[in-house]
Amino acid sequence: MISDGGKKVLEDPNYIFAKLNISQIEHSYLEDFLMSMSVIRAAEIKIAEAKKNGLIKGPVHLGVGQEAIAVGVSKNLRNTDRIFGAHRSHSHVLGVDNDLHKLFAEVLGKNTGFSSGMGGSMHLASKSKGFLGSVPIVTGTVPLAVGAGLASKLQKSGDIAISYLGDGATEEGVFHESLNFARVSNIPILFVVENNLFSSHMHMSLRQPLNTINRFAKAHEIETKLVDGNDVVEIYRTSSEFIRRMRLKPEPYLIEAITYRWFGHVDWREDIDVGVARSKKDLLNWKKRDPIKRLSDAMINKKIWTIEKQHNLDLKVDELIHANWEKALHDDFPDRKSLLDNVYKYD
Amino acid sequence: MISTTYSDAILSAFDYLLKNYPEVFVLGQGLWSPWYVGNTMKNLDKKYGKDRIIDTPVSESACTGAAVGASICGMKPIIVHPRMDFMLYAMDSIVNQAAKWSYMFGGQLNAPVTIRSIINRGGSQGAQHSQALHSWFAHIPGIRVVMPSTVQDARDLLISSVLCPDPVIYIDDRWLYEQTADLKPIKETPLNDVTPKCLKEGDQITIVGSGYSTLLALNASKKLHSDGVRAEVFDLRVINPFNSINILDSVLKTKRLLVIDSGWKSCGMASEVITSIVENIPTNTLIDPPRRITLPDCPAPSSEVHEKDYYPNEEKIIKFINDEYYF
Ligand SMILES: Cc1ncc(C[n+]2csc(CCOP(=O)(O)OP(=O)(O)O)c2C)c(N)n1
Ligand SMILES: [Mg+2]
Repeated sequence: MISDGGKKVLEDPNYIFAKLNISQIEHSYLEDFLMSMSVIRAAEIKIAEAKKNGLIKGPVHLGVGQEAIAVGVSKNLRNTDRIFGAHRSHSHVLGVDNDLHKLFAEVLGKNTGFSSGMGGSMHLASKSKGFLGSVPIVTGTVPLAVGAGLASKLQKSGDIAISYLGDGATEEGVFHESLNFARVSNIPILFVVENNLFSSHMHMSLRQPLNTINRFAKAHEIETKLVDGNDVVEIYRTSSEFIRRMRLKPEPYLIEAITYRWFGHVDWREDIDVGVARSKKDLLNWKKRDPIKRLSDAMINKKIWTIEKQHNLDLKVDELIHANWEKALHDDFPDRKSLLDNVYKYD
Repeated sequence: MISTTYSDAILSAFDYLLKNYPEVFVLGQGLWSPWYVGNTMKNLDKKYGKDRIIDTPVSESACTGAAVGASICGMKPIIVHPRMDFMLYAMDSIVNQAAKWSYMFGGQLNAPVTIRSIINRGGSQGAQHSQALHSWFAHIPGIRVVMPSTVQDARDLLISSVLCPDPVIYIDDRWLYEQTADLKPIKETPLNDVTPKCLKEGDQITIVGSGYSTLLALNASKKLHSDGVRAEVFDLRVINPFNSINILDSVLKTKRLLVIDSGWKSCGMASEVITSIVENIPTNTLIDPPRRITLPDCPAPSSEVHEKDYYPNEEKIIKFINDEYYF
């Protein structure tokens, strides 16, 4: 059960959330978090707009509202770690590789994108930063991440694996097999479950007996923590402790972060496929739990940040978005002749 | 007679089955969502209740296995996979279990499950959201594989599939959903009586398709007709077990064979059709070598630039026929 001193549970849209506790975190880190989250937010809003205007052809799954999770986790990672995502992974890749131009180019299908224009929004990779792939088969990358952790264990590299997945992904059998195997083989992997309470149109309550999933970690003797997914500091603290331990002694851990997506399951509408239990009112309540505003407010409150600084940051983000978008727009599509390239690496 | 779309034809088959057979129930992802499977299951949950129309967790493997299990116990379940790619988690239940349940136990038991699997391609969805894997399943003895291409078959073959005492994979392609036709009243037809059907007569070349490629073949052949090429078009309808007899007669007449398939070339349905014909006709029958139009040997690309080159279409088929054959 998630409880917070008698207040409603985390997953309740009416949950009364506390101010962020930002004590003992370096100010530069807090500023980085703010910047990263703002960039990811603005990038996805740009993508939403372009999808609406028909500039983007393929489906886009936006994580607006969920930025804190990838940002908090990524701060602990190094380029040799091994990170895997799924269909809603813009934040996961940007968390470790802030190359906006590559993301924009990829969603536009340009050959300068993260996957050379061969993937689009649902297939992203950035090998040099340790982001080894995100794909849209639900739970598809979870066992791969376990294998990546196994490889680092065998290589004695101290590197770890990160598996980002959603609440829906915990319903695939292979998730459970992966947890068991990771535990019994002591594999250094952090499962990061972004529980946004929905799988497509279906609320958790229609799919599982509880609205949280950390019980699965407990069943497999994996240490777990349930966190407020809209609190970047709590996510950072939890992941940094788990990751510190994993690097010393290979073991799996699981973080469940409760959050909410502001857009519908796919593309730019708020209302499409919002499900049986999702109402406009819930959405508005969840927007009050905005991870970016909460951090900014807490910093202003502590007098380590000002409204003016926030304003400047917003301007800077706008410029970044604009410049990278324009650049990506002018890039080329892949060459028609490359259709059969890379089917095999050995040719 | 009423004019119906392909997607409404599927919906009306569900309606017929649920109304007339209490042992029919449906499960799969998206069944409580009005948009998920393109109108083909719209409001069934409201009409027949959420006990018989079950929207499921994201658990293809368990849900398919459960459908197989229920089918062994007297029910007629239909498990719906909104995209064929997602069904790959369920391979064991389909290939190891359902396909063999009758054979392994000497016919004492059987698994009359229907697996509705949707081909959903294009729109830059890419490699994991575009596959047409019908040929794989056609390889497996014990599983019947049905691919309706016409509006009439979309309805009637779903009914035949569900009433069949064997496990059946019924594959519909979203690119067919907008087709319309006037439907005859429902008449239950045993699946064994369903054989390849001639959709257009001609005497110069036999073109064979299944699912969406039949529509392409038909449209292309109509255009070719005005150029003076008389093509005969066959729709496979059931690709396993595959009965080639009508097509054989056609090829003996036209002496040319072209197969169009929405899957890949290697070990695909096109190879199967060609082999079944060639091994049954005298050596010198064919004027031209048998040919096939399939996907290029690569996964579905995401890029719109490549997508245009990837999928067969009417123009490409017409060009292929004009380039490769002299009539
Ligand atoms: C194997 C498989 N089954 C079904 C789908 C369709 N699908 C795409 S995303 C999704 C929802 C997944 O929910 P969750 O894991 O919670 O991620 P979220 O979308 O909430 O980020 C579903 C069911 C799929 N892509 N792959
Ligand atoms: Mg979710």
